This record gives sequence, C-alpha cells and structure tokens, in this order.
Amino acid sequence: MLDRREMMTRAALAALATGFGSVRAFALDTVTMPYDNGERPLVRYPQKRPMIGLTSRPPQLETPFSIFNDGAITPNNAFFVRYHLAGVPLDIDPDKFTLEIKGKVDRPLKLSLKDIRKLKAVELVAVNQCSGNSRGFSNPRVAGGQLGNGAMGNARWHGVPLKTVLDQAGLQQGAKQVTFNGMDGPVMDTTPDFVKALDIDHARDGEVMLAYGMNGDDLPVLNGFPLRLIVPGYYGTYWVKHLNEITVIDSAFDGFWMKSAYRIPDTPNNSVEPGTAPKATIPINRLTIRSFITNVIDGATLKPGVTPLKGIAFDGGKGIKEVAVTIDGGKTWMPAKLGRDLGKYSFREWKLPVKLAAGSHELRVRAINNAGDTQPMEPLWNPAGYLRNVVETVRVTAA
Amino acid sequence: MIRWHSLALLLATAAVAAFGLGATIAAPISYPLPDETAAFKPGPNLEVAQNNCTACHSADYIQTQPRGPKFKKDFWAAEVTKMIKVYGAPIDEADVPKIVEYLAATY
Repeated sequence: MLDRREMMTRAALAALATGFGSVRAFALDTVTMPYDNGERPLVRYPQKRPMIGLTSRPPQLETPFSIFNDGAITPNNAFFVRYHLAGVPLDIDPDKFTLEIKGKVDRPLKLSLKDIRKLKAVELVAVNQCSGNSRGFSNPRVAGGQLGNGAMGNARWHGVPLKTVLDQAGLQQGAKQVTFNGMDGPVMDTTPDFVKALDIDHARDGEVMLAYGMNGDDLPVLNGFPLRLIVPGYYGTYWVKHLNEITVIDSAFDGFWMKSAYRIPDTPNNSVEPGTAPKATIPINRLTIRSFITNVIDGATLKPGVTPLKGIAFDGGKGIKEVAVTIDGGKTWMPAKLGRDLGKYSFREWKLPVKLAAGSHELRVRAINNAGDTQPMEPLWNPAGYLRNVVETVRVTAA
Repeated sequence: MIRWHSLALLLATAAVAAFGLGATIAAPISYPLPDETAAFKPGPNLEVAQNNCTACHSADYIQTQPRGPKFKKDFWAAEVTKMIKVYGAPIDEADVPKIVEYLAATY
C-alpha cells in the first residue's frame, strides 16, 4: 500500500510510460518522499515486502508509512533496516553462533543459541526508532540518511533479560559499563567498528533484552538474526544487531559510535538555534514523544461531515496518557480514545471522529505521556537531525 | 476502517506462533543481498570519486543528500574530510579536491 504522494508519482510516471513503453517497470519501482531530492526506489529484498530503498550498500530500508495504519504491531517483513557499515553478515549458521560475555566478569561465558533459548524467556512489546527517523524534514536540512517517518517500528520481542546472562557471568567490583558488538563490521580496518555501550545499572535493569524472536518468528536477517539487543525506550542505535560480543568494562567506553557519533546537544530540550552548533553534547538516549495520524494522508480530499481519524502515539517509556487532535490551529484540543495498552514501550493506537465543514483544514495530533511531556508545535532542531517530534500536521480539503 | 478487534486477533496469533520459538534451530542461512542499483552520475573526476568511495558505500549515499546552494563545495569538503578523519578512508591528499569538485558539480 502506498500513500497519496507515492501514488501521485506512480500516476505521473505511468503517464510517461504510455509514451515510452519500457519505462513502466522502473516507474512502478519509484516513490517520492515529501521533501526535496526525495525520489527513492521501491525495492524488494528477501524476507521483506516492498520497502523504500534509501541506500543499498550498506542496506537501509524504510517502512512505507501506510503500514502504520494496519495495526499497532509492525510486521517483520515491513520492519525498517539500518546498517552503518558494509560488512553485513550474510552467511549465518545458528548452530555455530556464539555469544561471548567477557571483561570484568568472574566467569567469562560463551553461549550458543541453544544455551540462550534454554534460559527463562520474556516478552516485551517495544518501539525501535532510528535516531535519524524523519531527518529529511529537518529545516535547515542536514547531512545523513534522508529518512521520512518510516524508520520506526513496533514489535513483540522474545528473548532473555540481559541481566540473566550478566548475573551468570558475575560482575566484578568496579564494573561501570557494558559494550555491545555485533557480527557486522567495517570494510576497512581503519573504520571504527560499530560498538555501543550502556551504563551498568541500565544493562542490569531486567528490561534490556537479548532477543531471538520477533512477532512470533525468528528475527529477519536484516533485523539482526539470530540475536539482537533490545533497549526499551531508547533509540535504535543501541539495539545492536547480530549481537555476539558483550564486554563489561570498568571505565566509560570511548569508542567512536558513543564518543563522537549519536550525540545530542546538552541543552534543556536537546535542541539549538537552527543552523548553529551546540557547546556541549551527550549521547542520544530516550525516544522523544510522538504521535501520527495514519489513516488520512497529507493533501487528501475528504467528504464534508464526520471523518474517523486514527493513528499511533509512543514515547520513551513513561507511557501515553492522552492523545488529542485540533482542527483549529491549537485553540481547542479534542481528546482521542486510546486503543489497547500493549505496554509502556509500545505504539498506542488512538481514534477520534472529527466533523469537517466544506473547505480546507489542518489536522494536528499531539500526545502527552504520564510524566506530562508533550510535543512542540514548532520543530526543534539539532545538527544531526535527531529527535524530531513536532506536532504533525495533515492538510486536507473537505469537498 | 477502524477495527480494534483485528489487533487482538493478530496478537493471539502471535502468541500461538511464539510456542514454536526455540523448538527448532534453523539450518545455516545465506542471505542473497540484492545488487546495487544506484550509479555514480557522470561528472568531472568521476573515476577518482568512484575509485575512492565505492569500497565502503553505494552511490545512493551521495545521491540522496540535500541539494541546493548550501550543499555545494563546503558541504562536500566536510563530508570527504569526515570520511578520511572519522571513517578512516585511505584517500590520497591529491584526490581530495578532485572528489570535492566532482561532488559539488554533480550533486
């Protein structure tokens, strides 16, 4: 399913195709994101339905937004893909796979997948969102993956608490952080390998998980098969894929992907004046609160009268308390009815019928979480284009 | 259409399917990553750019970056510097201005 803009591209290119018969196959494989230079191929990958192709090596695939209207759970075959380095593990033998736990531990471990599957399993529904989700909307624009809103997804993760294996290994006195490395790696020896770190208390909170199951199935290869880290409420950068090496250290990890990359301004709302640089930065951490209308596309024409709106909302783990819609620019907000609660880290569906008179309308949706955090009416800005959570606007015409 | 009950059904199905997890370990897998489709656009010093950039990433990494007057020489010079200093790309110093010229002129 494609949204209206994507359809427009198809229609336009299909029209071209009448004149140039051979263009048609290509035309069907193109979508256009709603920002400059937003043309993207619609690509087919094994284990995936057609996805928006951002880059092919290393692969980065975005979920077509219409998927988010189908339910609170994002199907495995529609879940976004993001790699940093082109050394993607393509040949994986689950029987030979091992997870190593080493460093400042009493008993270094090498666990097979069978060993891990024997441990008491837990399940958790949680949103994984790329730090750079929606970067294409940054104004002024910034370098990086030019993503729309589709680098996010919500799944039921199945696995074991990280705490279980850390306790098995036995943390030594002075353990400060835990680092996570996966089987993917750089092409050049000189490129820093993708390694992330969590503070020891976070790693042992019982919620951070080693997941081998996703929505009742194995992880898709491009989503980290056979094992990935789940860090509920945190941006996807911490959710290390193909996880095979856990190291407990007694210092603050200073690898490139923590010390220099994935940093946000150390300011009250982690933003700076657009176009300026922050004085100090901190590692990106919890998801900011967001909400979307999923069943009406920007630019749509509707019948005057009652339109049932629906959508999703999520935050970094406080849980969604309220979702409200305004059709008068924020003067009055109408509370939506929340859908089933799948847990505080999950997408929360919402719905609300709104009455629209003939004419143009701007539909805006805003979420508030249990800590009282909400979304700004104007976008915040930072140099890497992270944390986007402006109140989204959908412009429609009732006619 | 809004159908909340379909979600409940989906979750019930997922719960049943979850029983299958752990029962079997899959055979070795070999994932056939599709071929690259994006190509470097023709431009001055195309070969120099191609030779230096292709080892680590596909051309769409360049193609999809923002365009416009603010994304010309300075923007691309910063990107090339980042590739060398941050990602350790072994690019000859003499090639740097040629690559920047290609990128600024072509994208």
